[in-house]
Amino acid sequence: MAEKVLMKGNEAIAEAAIKAGCRHYFGYPITPQTEIAAYMAKRMPKIGGTFLQAESEVSAINMVYGVAGAGFRVMTSSSSPGVSLKQEGISYIAGADLPALIVNVQRGGPGLGGIQPSQSDYFQATKGGGHGEYHLIVLAPASVQEMADLTIKAFDLADQYHVPTMLLADGTMGQMMEPVELPDTPPAEVEKPWAVRGTEGKRPHNIINSLYLDPELLEKTNFERFERYAKIEENECMSESFMMEDAEYCVVAFGIAARVAKNAVVAARKAGLKVGLIRPITLWPFPKKVLAEAAEQVKGFLSVELSMGQMIEDIKLATACKKPVELCCRTGGMIPTPEQVLESIEKLAKENQ
Amino acid sequence: MVVFEKPKALTDAPFHYCPGCTHGIIHRLVAEAIDELGIEGKTVGVAPVGCAVMAYNYFACDMVEAAHGRAPAIATGLKRCMPENIIFTYQGDGDLASIGMAETVHSASRNENITIIFVNNAIYGMTGGQMAPTSLPGQVTQTSPYGRDVETAGYPVKVSEMLSTLDGPEYIERVAVNSVKNVKAAKKAIKKAFQNQIEGKGFSLIEVVSTCPTNWGMTPSNALKWLEENMLPYYPLGVYKDRSAAKKEEE
Repeated sequence: MAEKVLMKGNEAIAEAAIKAGCRHYFGYPITPQTEIAAYMAKRMPKIGGTFLQAESEVSAINMVYGVAGAGFRVMTSSSSPGVSLKQEGISYIAGADLPALIVNVQRGGPGLGGIQPSQSDYFQATKGGGHGEYHLIVLAPASVQEMADLTIKAFDLADQYHVPTMLLADGTMGQMMEPVELPDTPPAEVEKPWAVRGTEGKRPHNIINSLYLDPELLEKTNFERFERYAKIEENECMSESFMMEDAEYCVVAFGIAARVAKNAVVAARKAGLKVGLIRPITLWPFPKKVLAEAAEQVKGFLSVELSMGQMIEDIKLATACKKPVELCCRTGGMIPTPEQVLESIEKLAKENQ
Repeated sequence: MVVFEKPKALTDAPFHYCPGCTHGIIHRLVAEAIDELGIEGKTVGVAPVGCAVMAYNYFACDMVEAAHGRAPAIATGLKRCMPENIIFTYQGDGDLASIGMAETVHSASRNENITIIFVNNAIYGMTGGQMAPTSLPGQVTQTSPYGRDVETAGYPVKVSEMLSTLDGPEYIERVAVNSVKNVKAAKKAIKKAFQNQIEGKGFSLIEVVSTCPTNWGMTPSNALKWLEENMLPYYPLGVYKDRSAAKKEEE
C-alpha cells in the first residue's frame, strides 16, 4: 500500500479506477459528481487514456458499451437525473453481458429534484433500472477509503461475472474529504475471447448483441444470466455488523446514512439500549442471510434511509417480516441527525420490549 | 475464370431483406470495399435498429448491435479504445436522422475517425412503413395517411447538406443505387469513406438514397422510377464535403 493522501470522495473514485486499469472514461457534466469528470480530464491524456465529454448521458453510456464490447475496462459517472438517461444503455450492457462500471453520486429527486445528497435511487439501482429483467452489482461505500476500494472491486466483479456494476454513492460522500490509501498492485489481466477487436482472420466473428428474436433462445439466455446472478448472491454479499453480538434491536443503513446511524447506535448503547447496526455494502446482492439471522436474535429493526423508505422493503423480505421493521428517514436532500435516529431507536425499543 | 463471387467480408447467412430491397446491394458494396482494402480482420461494424438490425449476421467482421440511433456513440467508444482498428456503422434514416440525430451530429463535429453508411429510403421499413425524418412532403405512409403535411409534420431532414455545414467532418457524399452507373459511383464513395479512415482523415458519411418497394407499395422497378422522379430532385447526389480536396485546392 502507498501512503495515505487526503482526497475528495469523487476524486478517490477516479484515481482508484485508473489504478484498476480503467483507461476510458465517458461522461457529461452534472452536479454533484463533476469532480470525477474533471479529474479524468486531467489524468487520462497523461496516461494514454480516453477522456471524452459526450453530448449527453445517453451517448456517454453507449460509448461505454462500445469500449466494454472491445473488452477494455471502462466507466461513466453521473448523478440521478443523468443516470435515468443512461438506463437504456445499461439495459443493453446487461443484455449483452458486458462488464462496465457506472457511478451514481445521488441527489434528491424526482425530476430535476435538487443537488443535495439522497439515496432515493435505491429502487432504480437494485431492481434493474431500465427495461427488461436484469441486475447490476450495486456497491454502497460509506467512506472515502471505500469509494476507492469498492471502485476497484466493482471492476473485478464486472469482469468476473460479465455484468455491469454500479457504485451507488451520494452527494455527501462525493464531496467529503478523508485520508485514503490506494493500492499499488496492478490489476489482474483477464482473458476476454468474446471481445470485438477484429478477427485478424483467425476466428469466426464475435458479435456483441442483446437481440434474440426466438423467444426460446431469449428465455434460455435469461435463465443462464439468472444462474450467474444466483452465484453472485451466494458468493458476493458484503455487509458490516457493528455491536450486533448482543443486540436486541438492529439499525440497518448504508452509505452516509450508516455513518449517522453508527453515532446514534453508540449513543443508544450509552443510554443502556442494546442496539447494533448492519450496514449493507452490497445493495444487490442484498445481504439477506445476515438479516435473516438477525431476525432470530433481535426484537425489531430500524431502517435509516435518505429516501421515503426503499431498502425497508428488502429488509422485510430478507427477514420474512418476522420482526417489526420501522423507518427513520429524511428525503429531498435532507440528512437525519443522530438525535433523530436515536429517538427512533428509543421508540422502537419502547414499542417492542 | 471467376467472373462473380460473394465478397469474403459477407458470411453465408441468407439476407432476410424483401425482394427488390436495395440493402442487399449496399451490403455487398461495403463488403467489396472491405475486401479490396484488405481490412476485414481489423474491422468492427455496428449494426442499427431498423431493417438492417441483423447486419451483424451478414458481415464477417466483428460486429456490435446498437440501440436505436446510438451506433455513432458505440463506434466512438470502439475507435477511441482501438484507434488502429477500422470502425463503421450501417444505419437507416429513422435511426440516424431521427432518434440518433444527436449522436450523428456530434460524432461528425468531433470528426471521429469512423465511417458511416447511411441508407435513406424515406420510410421506417422494419416497423411497417411509418413516416421517416426523410419522408418527402406529401408522401403517404402509415403515420402520414393523407400524405406528409409539412404544416404539422415538418420538413424532411437533408442530412448531407446539414452535416456539410459543420467544420468537423472530413467527407460527406450522397449516392444512389438505382442504376448500374450510380451503383458504381456508390461503391467508389464507400471505398473512399473507408480509405479516409485508414489514412486517419476523420469522419466520413455516405448517404445512400435507396428504395423500399414493400412499404412504398410498389414493384421494385416502379420503386426505382419513384426514387428517380421524387427522391433525387429532393436529395441531389454529389460530394457535399471533402476537406482534404478543399485543402489541396487552397494550396
